[in-house]
Amino acid sequence: MDKKTLLKLQITATKVRKNIVEQVFSASSGHPGGSLSSADVFTALYFNEMNIDPTNPKKSDRDRFVLSKGHCAPGLYATLAERGYFPVSDLKGFRNINSYLQGHPSMKDVPGVDMSTGSLGQGISAAVGMAISGKIYNEDYRVYSLLGDGELEEGQVWEAMMSAAHYKLDNLMAFVDNNGLQIDGKISDIMNPDDIESKFKAFNWNVIVLEDGNDMAAIVATFEQAKACKGKPTMVILHTIKGKGVSYMEDDYGWHGKAPNQEERDLAIKELDEKLVELKGEQHG
Amino acid sequence: MAKKIATRQAYGDALAEFGIDKNIVVLDADLSKSTKTDNFKQVYPERFVNMGIAEANMMSVAAGIATTGKTVFASTFAIFAAGRACEQVRNSICYPKLNVKIGATHAGISVGEDGASHQMIEDIANMKTIPNMSVISPADAVETRAAVKAAIDYNGPVYLRLGRLGVPVIFDKDTYVFEWGKGVMISDGTDVTLIATGLMVHLAMEAATILKEDGISARVINIHTIKPIDKDIIIKACKDTGAIVTAEEHNVVNGLGSSVTDVTSQHYPIPVKMVGVEDKFGKSGKPELLLEEYGLTAINIADKAKQAIAMKK
Repeated sequence: MDKKTLLKLQITATKVRKNIVEQVFSASSGHPGGSLSSADVFTALYFNEMNIDPTNPKKSDRDRFVLSKGHCAPGLYATLAERGYFPVSDLKGFRNINSYLQGHPSMKDVPGVDMSTGSLGQGISAAVGMAISGKIYNEDYRVYSLLGDGELEEGQVWEAMMSAAHYKLDNLMAFVDNNGLQIDGKISDIMNPDDIESKFKAFNWNVIVLEDGNDMAAIVATFEQAKACKGKPTMVILHTIKGKGVSYMEDDYGWHGKAPNQEERDLAIKELDEKLVELKGEQHG
Repeated sequence: MAKKIATRQAYGDALAEFGIDKNIVVLDADLSKSTKTDNFKQVYPERFVNMGIAEANMMSVAAGIATTGKTVFASTFAIFAAGRACEQVRNSICYPKLNVKIGATHAGISVGEDGASHQMIEDIANMKTIPNMSVISPADAVETRAAVKAAIDYNGPVYLRLGRLGVPVIFDKDTYVFEWGKGVMISDGTDVTLIATGLMVHLAMEAATILKEDGISARVINIHTIKPIDKDIIIKACKDTGAIVTAEEHNVVNGLGSSVTDVTSQHYPIPVKMVGVEDKFGKSGKPELLLEEYGLTAINIADKAKQAIAMKK
């Protein structure tokens, strides 16, 4: 990928991060940590990879995305708004009684949301269903899904893993936002799902591991690797930093499901604005 | 004696018949020989997907397929469909109102020898309480075929409650018309109304015959659509007969009986007695003997009818 495209994606991801902070701040609730750690993969999918049309969100041959870790709705909504599915200004209504932006993704309410999720473990199964349908009816679309690492503690995830491999769903590509934290603490302390790489391999998936799961260029490179693998679904393990981009939120499970106050919001926006200035400088430099 | 056919058999046959619609996909969880979805698989193997022994995954997969515009039937035993996978049915299927039909067989205690672990008596309760869900409980093979067709024609989640045991064929295939959300008056009467669903319908018909011998005129109504319930036919029964007995092969807690009293208590309060499983688990045994032991009999319906009549003011 050329430097220009990379910078453009990085700038978009930074804007997505700003909008994550703004949504959670104006709602006084929501999940910033995992949304921020996934901002890069959201951006890569919606701005570089997926065959989609924001003016026709339901077009039948579109690629699909299922946010299996549905609580990271702020990340998805920020990306969809930035991509043009709905006005960025609507994001301030997130979780508000008068807004269509539900606390967890609702396909009947939010343009661009392909599946309603929020109850962990169910989204990846729905993604498997979309991929099965694609195989039965010889459709060319691809299906993408994002899971949390804590979500892997749900047994249904492994039922889904088994079925995706059994039906050789090479039209399915999933990501794990492996930030190492869940609500109550470190995943290694609460209920350790490791070694997840070995587990996915044992479940007959093609597995790619990114040591830096917030590295935009590296994320983008996985799409072609996944397409090149025939007869197996692909899982990308993204080693990410929870709260990525907002230094005081980084790697702190306290920010899983907590909103910043005014002061904290200002600090986060200032930091992200500085990042934007830096990236734009590189763009023009 | 009328010919006996299990509603699960009629379900499998109907899937094979209506499966000519290329938009239909059928899923099962390793029970296709028992749920009879195998009948569909024999004709349309390319649109049959076995999901293995993983019902939770199957329900969410069904939802995913439905998002691509397909009509999906997902089958397993009622205990797993409405029990184990209840939350998947709620969140993956009903919340987004996806076009998934749950063909749940082996409902009720007439499962027989397998015993309580496999005898689902709470499924009507679990399913009818979920917004966007419709609940259909056919009385015989003819009605089951018609219900499958109606479910295909309806866009949204449907729970089809089906049985393992062969039950008498009540209706005429050539003349029967299934009306969504409408009760069916099988015979008219003036003293009491017997409102039944599923395999209890033919027993309610027997009960009416017993009551007739005692000089009591009983109306018999078949409720195939438990949700949305036919308020009009219930309110009319209240006005015309002044007493009701409900009969279902389900827990008396939150089943057909409570759907009926939801209507009577709010629109036309009259005495209602309920025949069903009295809030206890089933057990192993021959289906016919179990039905008798649990009071799911024509005699019990007739007795309850007399009690309801005695309660009239």
